[in-house]
Amino acid sequence: MPILEGQDVNKYFGGLAAVSHVDFHVEQGEIVGLIGPNGAGKTTLFNLISAALPISSGEIIFKGQKLSGLKPNRICRMGIARTFQETKVFANMPVFQNVLVGAFFGSQDRVSTADAAREASQALEFVGLSAMSATPIKDLTLENQKRVEVARALATKPELLLLDELMAGLTPTEVSEAMELVRKIRDGGITIFMVEHVMKAIMGICGRVMALHHGEKIAEGTCDEISCNKTVIDVYLGEDTRAGS
Amino acid sequence: MDITRFISTNRKLLLVGFLLLILIFVATFPLYARQSQVRVLTVILMYVVLTVSWAMFSGTTGYMSLAPAAFFGLGIYTMALLQDTLPFPVIIVVGSLICFVFALLVGLVTLRLRGIYFTIFTFGLVIFLTELVQYLETRIWNRHGWDVTPIGNATILYTMFIVVVVTVLAIYFIRRSRYGLALLSIGGNEEAAEHMGINTTMTKVLYFAISSMFMGAVGVVIAPNLIYVNANIAFSLIWSFMPILMAIFGGMSQLSGPIIGAVIFGYLEKTLRAQLFSYFMLGFGIIMVAVIVFLPTGIIGLVPMLRGKLGGLMARLQKGEQGE
Repeated sequence: MPILEGQDVNKYFGGLAAVSHVDFHVEQGEIVGLIGPNGAGKTTLFNLISAALPISSGEIIFKGQKLSGLKPNRICRMGIARTFQETKVFANMPVFQNVLVGAFFGSQDRVSTADAAREASQALEFVGLSAMSATPIKDLTLENQKRVEVARALATKPELLLLDELMAGLTPTEVSEAMELVRKIRDGGITIFMVEHVMKAIMGICGRVMALHHGEKIAEGTCDEISCNKTVIDVYLGEDTRAGS
Repeated sequence: MDITRFISTNRKLLLVGFLLLILIFVATFPLYARQSQVRVLTVILMYVVLTVSWAMFSGTTGYMSLAPAAFFGLGIYTMALLQDTLPFPVIIVVGSLICFVFALLVGLVTLRLRGIYFTIFTFGLVIFLTELVQYLETRIWNRHGWDVTPIGNATILYTMFIVVVVTVLAIYFIRRSRYGLALLSIGGNEEAAEHMGINTTMTKVLYFAISSMFMGAVGVVIAPNLIYVNANIAFSLIWSFMPILMAIFGGMSQLSGPIIGAVIFGYLEKTLRAQLFSYFMLGFGIIMVAVIVFLPTGIIGLVPMLRGKLGGLMARLQKGEQGE
């Protein structure tokens, strides 16, 4: 049984179908990539899974349980954590407290203060930001703020992690570091579903890739299959190649 | 002896001593002070409660509430209506509970509103209550306002001080707890807070109600000092604006900020207003603008700033000595 499954997922904004008849599944322990041009509905799909937006029709099932009607805080406590495309950190707190919020409130059971503090510092250490735990988060670079978001998500002890363009805006070195981090998280037993534009990262770490276009799933398969898929090349990859990247 | 080191190593001891001094000061104050001064101190303590409880909710979550006057007025009216039927301490509890329940209902409806819409609603709430009470008085009760039997300045002062202690202690523990962190995270980024497992609606409504409870309690306690109350006095928007000004003036990053803000501002208001009257509000405005421009973190923001400057000065002096 897949850890996450979507059946005929639809989302309409007025008359516009942002996500249309999408079926998907993510297996335990996988790293699945989600690609597609801007406006394809990738982030919308993530928002449906994390319940930031209500689903119009269809079902999303996590570990055999339907998610429809649940609030984001319930989804998080069930074991799905996420990061955001535009970082959404708690700007009024230092780094450590940002992660502490996840540790306190994100897991199913009530966590003691000592345990929460331990988990928060472990998560910060995991992403390599221990040295900055007392720094105001506003003073961090974009890359490090994204890492704090990852640490915050990890502190909720998720089984599934949704990464929304973790690598956007990062330099090539930072991308390699982020790829290493994602692999490390998966090796720790957390399944990963990631939206990404950086094809190098997708090809490097994803076992399976799904492509969306105009809200519809146009292709799915291994990295090799996807990179040879004519439709994907036409609507997405081809543009990139012509742009010279 | 190094003073800064002495302060930092004996912080707890100094704090306890300081609190003890305040206790002794308030307890003995009615013995030597004039009655009018006792009343001034009572009003200052009242502002401390209003400001601290306002800052506990609005300062952390960023939901700017203009509702303190609504809950404060409800407290006053609870006292006015129940003064002859229940003992004073019981009325304080009843008044607080009425405000708690009322705030829960209001919160459930309005805390889905964000930003300016929430502020406008709370503003409207105060005006609505004023109009409602006025309607009830003129059309149904056939009266204009209520007399409240005075209880005695010292009794009111001591009762107010107990409310201050309870409020400040409660808010101290809330701020330190995980729920304080939850409130702060809502202020930081509400959507992210919700995605981190926080039931944001429940948290907002509950702590809005708790902060309103304290505002209602001081309304009950101050009512006998007012002698006569009506809707315009009880629900005056000044009770909403003052705590906000005081919180901004003092600074909201620490618990001590709103307290210091309320004490200084409350003292200035009560003493200077009598002497300078309308010029007072002018000075008030100038001070506020100056604080917002030069001290965005409030008066308590001065402490780290001065410490930095002093530290630099000390270091330079020491260097100078070594050089000689």
